[in-house]
Amino acid sequence: MSSNGGWNPYLAGVLVGILAVASVVVTTQVLGKGNYLGASTTFVRGAGLIEKQVAPEHVSQNEYFAKEKVKIDWQMMFVVGIFFGALLASLSDGSFRKEKIPPMWNERFPYGVWCRAAGAFGGGIIAIFGARLAGGCPSGHGLSGVMQLSLSGLIAMAGFMVGGIVIARAIYGGREYPWT
Amino acid sequence: MDLVFGMATGIIFGFLLQKGRVLRFEKQIGFLRLIDMTIIKFMLSAILVGMVGIYLCYDLGMIQLDVKSTVLGAQIIGGLMFGVGWAIFGFCPGTAAGALGEGRIHALWGIFGMLAGAALYAEAYPELSNTLLKWGVIGKVTLPELLQVNHWVVIGGFFFVIIAFFVWCEKKKL
Repeated sequence: MSSNGGWNPYLAGVLVGILAVASVVVTTQVLGKGNYLGASTTFVRGAGLIEKQVAPEHVSQNEYFAKEKVKIDWQMMFVVGIFFGALLASLSDGSFRKEKIPPMWNERFPYGVWCRAAGAFGGGIIAIFGARLAGGCPSGHGLSGVMQLSLSGLIAMAGFMVGGIVIARAIYGGREYPWT
Repeated sequence: MDLVFGMATGIIFGFLLQKGRVLRFEKQIGFLRLIDMTIIKFMLSAILVGMVGIYLCYDLGMIQLDVKSTVLGAQIIGGLMFGVGWAIFGFCPGTAAGALGEGRIHALWGIFGMLAGAALYAEAYPELSNTLLKWGVIGKVTLPELLQVNHWVVIGGFFFVIIAFFVWCEKKKL
């Protein structure tokens, strides 16, 4: 137990590692093809499913939607499952808390809910565009890619961190680096 | 059947993300500011265990690897771009769903943004597939294949470096 009532991050991480391997082994056995953890393609399929309601022809003609296949699949259920798993865990130990603006954001940008909404929306657009360009996010490239020692996963993960660290330190102010 | 497995795996994953307390905006941005290493301790622990497990099962012939193709232009530009968005939004695609689950309603704006961004990407894809996605194509390759050494040598190297990093983090109380 750490001070915030959560589990030790090393322990939780080890359990995620076991889950990642178990998922590949079990899905290989039962479904014939191993499912490695990933999340970002779900947003492509989700966008396709929504767009299909208004412009079905446009979606069926799009090269990228055709490549990734617009349908409800293993990964989409996985992402929905993350929501329920986190809900369950937070209710089980009383750490569930409705939050409209993160405290750290509010300290830097004390302009209310709409400012946070705009930041999150814009950041989300940039993040998913980058993830799809790179071919994955911290789950698909970071966890699944790196644990397979794939070159693409290692390069993408390095890119995620460099881009993120530079911008976060620029926005929130750089304290001194921890190694100095 | 695969939908049931997806849901079950997601629920356990989300449970562990929440219990590890890595879904908080402050933990995500805290790492990117290099003042709180919680999420990277969590992630690297998962990777260490995963590396050993995946390659053990692979050596035993139980599973296949599923390596994504390396395209330098895509992973470098896309990777950096993702990092920029991550620092602004505060979550990645998986943790956004989890953060919403533990009550961080503001993650929903970013989820809408990610749906919009994915639609934009689908429009840009034909152009990108002829340009950026063709720059520096190396293909589906792993680090041990590239270095032409046994994968256990590489795993051993990662173990050494990551454990040393963990020791350093604890010493610095990060």
